[in-house]
Amino acid sequence: MRKLILFLLLSVSAAVFLVQSCRNASGASLEKSSEISYNFKVRPILSDKCYACHGPDANKRKAGLRLDIEAEAYKALKDNPKAHALVPGDPFHSELYLRISSKDTSELMPPPSSNLSLTPEEIEILKKWISQGARYEKHWAFTPPVQAPLPKIEDKGWAKNEIDYFILNKLQQKGLKPNEEADKERLLKRISFDITGLPPSIGMMDSFQLDNSPHAYEKMIDRLLQSPAYGEKMAVHWMDVARYADSHGYQDDNYRSQWPWRDWVIHAFNENMPYDTFVTWQLAGDLLPNPTKEQLLATGFNRNHKITEEGGVIDEEYRVEYVTDRTNTFGRAFVGVTLECAHCHDHKYDPFSQREYYQMFAFFNNVNEKGLESTVGGPDTYAKNPKMQITNDDVKGVLSFINKPDTNNLIVSIMGDSSKVRTTYILKRGVYDNHGDSVVAGTPKAILPFGDYPKNRLGLAEWLFDKRNPLAARVYVNQIWQELFGRGIVKTASNFGMQGELPTNPELLDWLAVDFVNHGWDIKYLVKKIMMSATYRQSAVISPEKLKADPENIYLDRGPRFRLPAEFIRDMVLASSGLLVKTIGGPSLKIYQPAGLWEASTSGRGTLATYKQDHGDSLYRRGLYTFIKRTLPPPSMILFDASNRDQCEVKRSNTNTPLQALVMMNDPTVLEASRVLAVKLVKEPSKPEDKIIKAFRLIVCRRPTIQEQKILDDYYTGQVQIFSNEKQNARKLLSVGEFPVNDKVNRISAAAMMQVITTIYNLDETITKS
Amino acid sequence: MEKEIIESHLNINRRKFLSRMSLGLGSVALGSLLIPNLFSGAADDDAAAAMLGVPHFAPKAKRVIYLFQNGAPSQLESFDFKPKLREMVGMDLPASVRMGQRLTGMSADQAHFPLVGSFYDFKQYGRGQAWISDLFPHTAKIADDICIVKSMFTEAINHDPALTFFQTGAQQGNLPSFGSWMSYGLGSENKNLPSFCVLLSRGKGNGQGVYSKLWSNGFLDSVYQGVQFSSGDDPVLYLNDPAGLDKQGRRKMLDKLAEMNDLSYKEFGDPEISTKIKQYEMAYRMQTAVPDITDVSKESDDIVKMYGPDCLLPGTYAANCLLARKLSENGVRFVQLYHQGWDQHGNLPKEMAGQAKDVDQASAALVTDLKQRGLLDETLVIWGGEFGRTNYSQGKLVKDNYGRDHHPRCFSIWMAGGGVQGGIVHGETDEFGYNIIRDPVHVHDFHATCLHLLGLNHEKLTFRSQGRRYRLTDTGGKVVNGIIA
Repeated sequence: MRKLILFLLLSVSAAVFLVQSCRNASGASLEKSSEISYNFKVRPILSDKCYACHGPDANKRKAGLRLDIEAEAYKALKDNPKAHALVPGDPFHSELYLRISSKDTSELMPPPSSNLSLTPEEIEILKKWISQGARYEKHWAFTPPVQAPLPKIEDKGWAKNEIDYFILNKLQQKGLKPNEEADKERLLKRISFDITGLPPSIGMMDSFQLDNSPHAYEKMIDRLLQSPAYGEKMAVHWMDVARYADSHGYQDDNYRSQWPWRDWVIHAFNENMPYDTFVTWQLAGDLLPNPTKEQLLATGFNRNHKITEEGGVIDEEYRVEYVTDRTNTFGRAFVGVTLECAHCHDHKYDPFSQREYYQMFAFFNNVNEKGLESTVGGPDTYAKNPKMQITNDDVKGVLSFINKPDTNNLIVSIMGDSSKVRTTYILKRGVYDNHGDSVVAGTPKAILPFGDYPKNRLGLAEWLFDKRNPLAARVYVNQIWQELFGRGIVKTASNFGMQGELPTNPELLDWLAVDFVNHGWDIKYLVKKIMMSATYRQSAVISPEKLKADPENIYLDRGPRFRLPAEFIRDMVLASSGLLVKTIGGPSLKIYQPAGLWEASTSGRGTLATYKQDHGDSLYRRGLYTFIKRTLPPPSMILFDASNRDQCEVKRSNTNTPLQALVMMNDPTVLEASRVLAVKLVKEPSKPEDKIIKAFRLIVCRRPTIQEQKILDDYYTGQVQIFSNEKQNARKLLSVGEFPVNDKVNRISAAAMMQVITTIYNLDETITKS
Repeated sequence: MEKEIIESHLNINRRKFLSRMSLGLGSVALGSLLIPNLFSGAADDDAAAAMLGVPHFAPKAKRVIYLFQNGAPSQLESFDFKPKLREMVGMDLPASVRMGQRLTGMSADQAHFPLVGSFYDFKQYGRGQAWISDLFPHTAKIADDICIVKSMFTEAINHDPALTFFQTGAQQGNLPSFGSWMSYGLGSENKNLPSFCVLLSRGKGNGQGVYSKLWSNGFLDSVYQGVQFSSGDDPVLYLNDPAGLDKQGRRKMLDKLAEMNDLSYKEFGDPEISTKIKQYEMAYRMQTAVPDITDVSKESDDIVKMYGPDCLLPGTYAANCLLARKLSENGVRFVQLYHQGWDQHGNLPKEMAGQAKDVDQASAALVTDLKQRGLLDETLVIWGGEFGRTNYSQGKLVKDNYGRDHHPRCFSIWMAGGGVQGGIVHGETDEFGYNIIRDPVHVHDFHATCLHLLGLNHEKLTFRSQGRRYRLTDTGGKVVNGIIA
């Protein structure tokens, strides 16, 4: 076992090194003729290794030298006016080159004390770049996107739409070929999960299989896009972005009733609200002329952050914390930059000053709120001021999309500014009471100067969707791409700055961004556009050659293959077993969870001190309705990398761990689903083989192969024998879960079938989009 | 023997390697779980170790057991004896001592800040003549094994940020915890156990909750997340097979599953699938190994006597101390305990006595037990809370009762084993027990020192996230050489 792992480890690492060396060989660095790209080759090195002392942060700048601005880098050096950091065309008179290549450690840059160093390849790149004239370019992400003409490709027959031109062109450059289109069963599962987060029904599988018309695929996409489950699927990512939760967070972590905001998000996606409107309402719905209750509810976005109820905290310290959270969230979610790095000092890599950070902060600093409004208490503490009341009339009228189950008082935290503008100060070192200069609202100039927009959140939203804003469309298009392919065109979806990863296909990203804007920020259009491409439809098979050449599938020489997000694993289990209750919206629900977790960690205060699991239909609702208590989020979700909703999260990790195996094997949700489906199938008048095929289709969304069928049939036969000898075990096994046990079933067959079904649930392919 | 490796080695190679793995071979970041000794350089894994680069210099400690006293125990009733406060009982805290220090909203509005000394007596123990209060008689007996740091200080004055600061190096944010950093840095020693385990208990005193973000992996791979253990029937979440399925039944199911998954692997060639097959095997091994380790029924009477009878009651602090020893002994890198109930804003004399009784015997027993097994030298044991308590009474001071508010400017913790000098007292506070007058130790310094003892340079153990290289010690931290043996 151990040897095998070591072998795998070594062989993969060998592949890694191979790939790296291939990259170096094909990369610009070692090719004499090619031009060194500043944006793609040079700035990543300067940013990562030099900017900490020679970059945008004025306070940490050494020797008065900054390398992030062309004119500054060309200047005579402060300490030695005869010398220059950069002499275009002449590395040997450029101090930069002389210092990075020095053998004298007292001269060497970066200095050994910085714990940073340059590789020989990096030194070579900088040298060549200086030789070629040391030309700077504006950071790619801060230049507005333009649609380049479609690149030339050899095999036009392959391309289904514009996306494929960009992808195939890249593949050609890399000497790679795309995969065949995935088979229909796999393709249907892929689009079904990507659009609705649910597996297709057997009816859909059959009709898609039988539909041989050229538009079968498109028709199915359109049909799925019309499903209300689409809004639920899309809401999951947005709830991560918006750090939505059902508790206030911090130590006592009592209940909050913010779920009507989540119902609105589902509604907005289902209505296909254009992205610019969707975001404008969330940022500034309260500042729109005569805002509707729906527009006010949307602003709950900026009140989803944690709010303390810890007695004795200093009010201002926490109020500032909330404003900080909103500012940072705006940076990550909408413009994909790490504004938060300029909270305590000038940004070390990106051209954002600390002053500009607090100018952004000023937009969110005028909320009529307190740091500590109340400690743990009753229903009036479930939302904090500013808040809105949702009446029973509202849910019959303007807010009919809210699933309010009772006539109780319902409040939601929303945005609302004071009439008197609160002065915003630069907070020195980010400390809440350490006031520096006062500032007025504004945006980082490097992205786009704020111009004449009104200096409030509505103006900020207008600035965000200004046609000249280089980031808004790129960032969202990239998030959607990430949802569908598992990895964004920019891998660091919340960081398009200097330290972020470069786009793997910049022309494609820009093409899509412009196309998205030109189509009125239409989200369904965007989703469909990507899904219609041949790129998306490829099979996910990885040949050994492709694994070597492109292990991360950066160039998309194959279809996406990755584990489903936590919520959709739950949805798959419930839907395939027939347990799923499709009700949309409403208060979040407490599902099966190992006993004692909340009790062990709570302070003992508040209604969430003990876990009161829900029952009946409430146990079988979709994953996005699972109750998120921030200090102890549901373990079956967290183990599958769901967000703990502590902060805005734009990208989840996707891990593969033994604890996940334990969840799939032993979580009552999975076992109960296996039991219920087994009983249902056993009662059907069909042969065991057919029952197994049906279970397999429901769960894996395809027919089993002959080999698979045989393994499962044999397993079933063996289990029948075992349970015949151990009837007690069959009875025990069939007792899992609260769904009523059907007494009139053959327990031996049912238990054996349940084992088969649990095994199918545990298959890799079951919880994988492939 | 300094085996320092450059940061780029540790960070870039390993991170790239692992991140490639997580997309290539599956999250073999699982490295730490799947491949024991991946980072420790044992003979048969030399190749792997050399490839990834073993960080650092020779470590003194290999493992940590952190006995977190959640809620902040008063230093003035435990390890920081201030007779002056007894002399001045009822008198106001002089402004010259307070020096404008901010107070929490709970006592900021008090008209008076009446000083109060410990109701409990102190005596001196061990080589270092350390003052230890009568509330901690068992700890007093191990005085020569522990180093009391009386000069800890922090920046936060409320529980949530202070606790988060201690456990993640920052007051706010969703950053990796100390234990996650350590398992990221050092990996696991036992292929059947997670490298970072968490145990919770609570006393009868005023409680403050704990939060799973305290053992969160933050931006590190989730394999470095703390795994919550309990000393009850289901020691690890979802570990137990359902009723009606025996071990053979599980084995059979896993064999079928592997056969099916292998077909998938043949079709797709996705290394994630072969990783998944191995994860199921690892899960299966855990199902056997964990109950074995967590079973305290085979412990000898001497051991039970040493930890106290509570150690047989699942979920108590004593049971968790015993379990911590067993996990640590079996190679778990970081065992994190939390014991709630130390927030004595009022009713301090009574509550503090109860809390001390909960933890004193078992904490001392843990140190003694490790020592008798020859494990104390390589195991760093830490005992302490998130801040200290005020020298004045919160609320009314009456003849037989008082409370103390939060005090970040000084507090006491103790450390033992793992290369820490026993029998010494580090740092000193003024006669009011309000300000530090010698050798202050910031939270970042504490982390830097712990990492140092583990052979990790706190400035080099970094991970790049959101474009920035993060460390447990943020931008601060100095190793406290004075406490290192």
